[in-house]
Amino acid sequence: MARLTIPAEELMRPGHSACPGCGATLVMRYLLKGLGPNTIVTVPACCWTVIGTSFPTTALSVPMIDCAFEATGASVSGLRAAADALGLTDVTIVGFAGDGGTADIGLQALSGMLERRTDAIYLMYDNEAYMNTGNQRSGSTPLGAWTTTTPVDAGSRGKLESKKDMMAIVAAHRPAYAATVNIAFPEDFVRKVEKAKRITGSRFFHALAPCPPGWRYSAEKTIALGRLATDVNVFPLYEVVDGRYRITRKLGRVKSVAEYLKAQGRFSHLTENEIAAIQSEVDAKWKRLLELEALG
Amino acid sequence: MTSYETEEDLPDAPIASEPTDSIKTASWRTFRPVIKLEKCTKCNVCWKFCPDVAIEINEEGWPVVLLDYCKGCGICAEECKPLAIEMVKEEG
Amino acid sequence: MVQVVMSGNHASSYAAKLARVQVIAAYPITPQTTIVEKLATFVASGELPAQYIKVESEHSALQACIGAAALGARTFTATSSQGLLLMHELLHWASGARAPIVMGVVNRAVAPPWSLGTDHTDTMSQRDTGWIQFYAESNQEVLDTTLIAYRLAEDPDVRLPVMVAEDAFYLSHTVEPVDVPSQDDVDRFLPPLARAFAVRPGETQRYGSFVGPELYMEFRYQVAKAMKRAAHVRPQVEEEYRRITGRHHGGSLAAYRVDDADAVLITMGTASTTARSVVDTLRARGKKIGLAKLRLFRPFPVDKVCELAATVGRIGVMDRCYTYGAAGPAYAEVVAALFGGLHRPIVRNFIAGLGGRDVTPEAIEEMYESLLKDRGPEVEWVGLKRRKGVTTHG
Repeated sequence: MARLTIPAEELMRPGHSACPGCGATLVMRYLLKGLGPNTIVTVPACCWTVIGTSFPTTALSVPMIDCAFEATGASVSGLRAAADALGLTDVTIVGFAGDGGTADIGLQALSGMLERRTDAIYLMYDNEAYMNTGNQRSGSTPLGAWTTTTPVDAGSRGKLESKKDMMAIVAAHRPAYAATVNIAFPEDFVRKVEKAKRITGSRFFHALAPCPPGWRYSAEKTIALGRLATDVNVFPLYEVVDGRYRITRKLGRVKSVAEYLKAQGRFSHLTENEIAAIQSEVDAKWKRLLELEALG
Repeated sequence: MTSYETEEDLPDAPIASEPTDSIKTASWRTFRPVIKLEKCTKCNVCWKFCPDVAIEINEEGWPVVLLDYCKGCGICAEECKPLAIEMVKEEG
Repeated sequence: MVQVVMSGNHASSYAAKLARVQVIAAYPITPQTTIVEKLATFVASGELPAQYIKVESEHSALQACIGAAALGARTFTATSSQGLLLMHELLHWASGARAPIVMGVVNRAVAPPWSLGTDHTDTMSQRDTGWIQFYAESNQEVLDTTLIAYRLAEDPDVRLPVMVAEDAFYLSHTVEPVDVPSQDDVDRFLPPLARAFAVRPGETQRYGSFVGPELYMEFRYQVAKAMKRAAHVRPQVEEEYRRITGRHHGGSLAAYRVDDADAVLITMGTASTTARSVVDTLRARGKKIGLAKLRLFRPFPVDKVCELAATVGRIGVMDRCYTYGAAGPAYAEVVAALFGGLHRPIVRNFIAGLGGRDVTPEAIEEMYESLLKDRGPEVEWVGLKRRKGVTTHG
């Protein structure tokens, strides 16, 4: 019988309202396994507002504090300050927000929280669009993706802009710790969370959260697709500790991005040229990441 | 679970404190996972990847599907390396 | 008790310090800045062991306070004008979440054009948000009312946020002697915040939640009931403050020489001080006039307004702001309060002092003269500079 490779305790309950195969739920599940019960999570408007279910139920065994869409970073700072003032020194405060609430409308508040070095964790779960409102594009939507506001038509080829690089933006604030995590690699995910828990200062996670209805794939492929995202270098796994980059998963042979794109309906319109352009972008970013790692 | 019907039933502030365990999401599914224990290697991968916390590992180490909650997403069947899980259509 | 010459802003800072606030989150904006600067010096020196979050916007300031209040910390913030407008979304959140936050607001006009002058548009625009609202007339009142605000906000029957408004520059930056109560007196008046309602680590609690049409009204009705209870709790709290410090600022609608008055002006903020001296001047000339200072805007003192109307035939309401497409908001609330009552005095609206325009004794005399006439416009913009037909001095 195999040992459990991640902690057994469940701090997320069944009965929640997530879509079947939702990546965002596994993000929460693994995060809480890494942090344990002495955690308070603050959540802005996002999928998890609804996944958490309506009154009178809640899907978490730890306190969840709703906050305004733009303000997760501020909610985190306020909770941390109160915890410190009240002598609750052991509790971990976590901001848990989507890509919309982090990279776009919530960017200022996150920047403020990081600049103030708030001793807390901020996790951005990235389903690469404003999914809760029905899949409108966000700054985190990748190049070429179809969304309801970047439709595919004669004069429109999906999103025309590249994905905002949140890890770079966060790294520029020199946080104590920043890392990408992927639900397809739960051991890596939980290990990074446990590591972050022991660090004082601002800690940031960028978690990939594949979304079956938004990315247009069949629900059972959530983990496989997440794994593929890392294996084609679209979502490399790395951490930044005190400004030093360390890639935590490298493959011998990297797969081509086409395999990843063709597995999702939101990219089904792409031409070979467009796919090649995306491959070039992925290659350039990977090369850049290797250079950053080499800087030591 | 407490019933909240009128204003007098409500807590003093908008605080929800009932766990979602009372919500049985079984009706969501079209397919149900069936685990063939003779093929199962007790690797725990199905438990690990279930987004609905709908698979438990029992005292003997076997995975058990919590049919009250399983939404039939099929991740467990997809990720099971020994192919011990089959998604079976629900009747009716 | 010690008497200190201080500005209205510093009165706010001293009150927050005496209240032993635990978390401060604020963003600077003229003319509030000296409130937060003074608090920063208190924290830096160790006199005030509070957590001070230097947030990057007012919106974040109030969100931080809401988070802190959720865990049971006593919080404070302060702002003005654009900053208050930016917080608007979270004002609704604070009351809906029943967070007992106290906020100092320095009343300043809103842009465009940019203006630093005093004006009540900022706080009046928030009258729907479920906050208890006080308007202070003096620096003493700022200090006392801020302390009263904490007691009121944290009362288990209330649990609503409270804002204490003070006029820009006339109070915020002008020094007056202020009696500062001792820490012992304040501790007797204001016990530590009971954490009975706080969220606790380890508990299954979601603070905020979401709800469909089947229960939203009921949640909001609770806020309505809390505001109603606040109307009853406030006089008790202010009585207790008087017992401890000897000071009382006249309640929700402080009347002055109204008993046999033919006409009474209702004013808010510093215009009340000027109006009071005009009452004395005109009374000396034989005019039977009085003043009612509207100190509590939310919950609106309907009963006190109706009481006034029972004996006064002409009421003028001075608004230091305006609701476009309607009339002055204080005027509208006075009229609404009287509509269902027994007495129907003449009620007129005077719009004055916008954007820091000085409300002079002459201007107020004009208002009384206008009020005492048989007829007059329902809404009058006092001191408005127009090429033709200048109606008043200003």
